[in-house]
Amino acid sequence: MAIFSRTPRAPLEYSRTLWMRLWVGAVMVFLYAPLVVLMIFSFNDSKRNVVWRGFTFKYYDKALGNDVLVEALVNSLTIAALATLISLILGAVAAVMLWRFRFPLKGAVDGTISLPIIVPEICMGVAFLIFFAKWLEWPTDLIWPFNLGAIIIAHITFCFPFVTMVVRSRLATFNREQEEAAKDLGAGEWAVFRDVLIPHMRPALIAGALLSFTLSLDDFVIASFAGGPDTITFPVKVYSMVRFSVTPEVNAASTLLILLTILLTAVALKLQGVKAIAETH
Amino acid sequence: MAEQDWKTNKRVFAAVSLPTLLWTLLFFVIPMAIVWFYSFGENKGLTEIEFSGTLENYKRATEFLYLGIFGKSFAVAALVTLICLIIGFPVAMAITFASEKWRPWLLLGIMLPFWTNLLIRTYALMILLGSQGFANKGLEALWSSASWLKTLVGMQPLPTWEPVQLLFNNFAVVFGLVYVHLPFMVLPLYAALDRLDRSLIEASLDLGAGHFRTIMRIVVPLAAPGIVAGVMITLIPALGAYLTPDLMGGTDSQMIANVIERQFKKANDWPFGAALSFILIYAMFILIALQSMRRKVPEAR
Repeated sequence: MAIFSRTPRAPLEYSRTLWMRLWVGAVMVFLYAPLVVLMIFSFNDSKRNVVWRGFTFKYYDKALGNDVLVEALVNSLTIAALATLISLILGAVAAVMLWRFRFPLKGAVDGTISLPIIVPEICMGVAFLIFFAKWLEWPTDLIWPFNLGAIIIAHITFCFPFVTMVVRSRLATFNREQEEAAKDLGAGEWAVFRDVLIPHMRPALIAGALLSFTLSLDDFVIASFAGGPDTITFPVKVYSMVRFSVTPEVNAASTLLILLTILLTAVALKLQGVKAIAETH
Repeated sequence: MAEQDWKTNKRVFAAVSLPTLLWTLLFFVIPMAIVWFYSFGENKGLTEIEFSGTLENYKRATEFLYLGIFGKSFAVAALVTLICLIIGFPVAMAITFASEKWRPWLLLGIMLPFWTNLLIRTYALMILLGSQGFANKGLEALWSSASWLKTLVGMQPLPTWEPVQLLFNNFAVVFGLVYVHLPFMVLPLYAALDRLDRSLIEASLDLGAGHFRTIMRIVVPLAAPGIVAGVMITLIPALGAYLTPDLMGGTDSQMIANVIERQFKKANDWPFGAALSFILIYAMFILIALQSMRRKVPEAR
C-alpha cells in the first residue's frame, strides 16, 4: 500500500498514489465482478441466478448433455480452427506483399484489405446473407463440416486483415540485409521465406492466430446471418438461450468457454511471455 | 533495399498477391457491391427485388423516425466513448507508470475481458443488473441502512424499497457498451502514453506546475494522437453495436444496427436495409476521414 511503502514516492510514480490504486482497483472489479458472479452461480443449486442454495454440478451435466449446445460448441471450435489457419496464411502472405512490393494501386489495395476491420459487423452480416443465400444460392444441407463453409469463409474475411496488420508491423522491424545474405549464400525465394522470414514473423503469427481464434469464437452477428437456419454456432445457441430463458445452464456453458479463454491465454503466455503478449496490442 | 518493384519479380509477386486479392474481391468486394446495388432496388413481391436505380430507400432513411435513430445511435456512442475516456485515462496512466513487474499483469487484466466472448460478458452483466440481481440488492441494502440511520436520529424511516429497473432501458445500453468497450479505449491510450518522453513531465513538475496542470497541459496534448485513436477505436464499434442494445435495451433503445437487422429478418425490406447499411458505412468513412485530417495538421506545421 502506498501509505506503508518504505521508499518515498517519486513524482512520476502515479500508480503508487492511493487514489490511482483505488481507481484501477474499482475498474478491475467493474470488469471482473460480472464474470466472477456468473461463474459462481453456475454451481448454484437453484433455477435462478439470485440466491445461493448450495453447490452442485448438475448444470454442467445438463449443459454437456444438451446435444444442440455441444454440437454448437464443436461447430464453433471447428470454424475458429479452420478460419484461423486460413486467415494466418492469407494474412501473412498479404503482409509480405504490402511490405515487399511496390505496385500500381497499392494504396487502394491496402485500404480495401483493411476495410473489413472498420465495416460494422452488421453490414458485413447482411452482405454475406445476400451473397450466400440469394446470390450464390449456397446449399444449406451439406454434411458436416461442409455445412459450416459459409461461416468459415465469412470469418476468414474479417479475421485475416487483423493478421495482416499484426504481421506487417512485425515485418517493419525486419533487417532486409538478412534476406540478401541468405540469397547470397544461395537460398532460393522459398528457402528465404521459410527459413528467414517466417522465423522473424513467428511472434506476430502467434498473436495473429490468437486474435483470429478469439474473433471467430466471439462472433454472433455475422454467423447468424451467414449461416443457414440449421447451422448453429455456440454464440448463436447461447443467444437464443439468453433471449428466451436465463438458466444456470447458460452459466455453466459460459464458464466452460471462459475457462477455455483463460487456458488459451495461459498457452500464449507460455509461448511468448507476458510482455510480448502485452506489446502486440 | 527499399520496396521492390513488382515487375522485377513477377512470379513471387503473383504468389503473394493473388490469394489475398482474389479472396478480397470474391468474398468482400462483391458481397458489399451487391448490398450497394440492393440499396437502389425495390421490393417486387415477396422475394423478388428489382434493381430500378431508385433513390426511394435513401429518401425513406431521412424520414424523421430513422434520422432520430441515427442521431440517438451517435449520441449513445459518443456518450459511451466519453465515459470510457474518463474511466480509461487514469487506468492507462497507472499502467504506464507502474513498476516493470506489475505493468504486464495490469495490461493482461485489461485484455482478458477483451478476449472473453462478447455474448457471455453481456449475459454476465444482465445477471448483475436484473431486478433481482446484485446491483439491486446492493442498492436495497444501502437504502435500508439509510432508513435505519434516519430512525436512529428520530426521523421517519424511508418508504419501502422498490427494485430499480436497471435493465431493458437506455441506461443499461450505455452501461453495457461502456463495459464491453473499455479495453478498446485503455489499450491505445496506454500505447500513446508509454511512448511519451518522461523528462518533459518531470520538467513541468520541476518548474512548479501541479500534477493536474501537468496532465492537462503536457500529457494530454502530447498523447493527443493516442487519445484520438482510442476515441475512434471505441466510437466506431459502439456506433455499429448490435448485441448490447438488442439484449439489454428496451423497446425505445434500438440503435441503428438493430433497425438494419429488422429490415432483413422481420420487416423483410432488404433494399431499405441495404440503404441503411451503406449510410452507416459512409458515417464510418466520414469519421475516419476526420481522424486522418486531424493527424495531418500537426505534421504540416
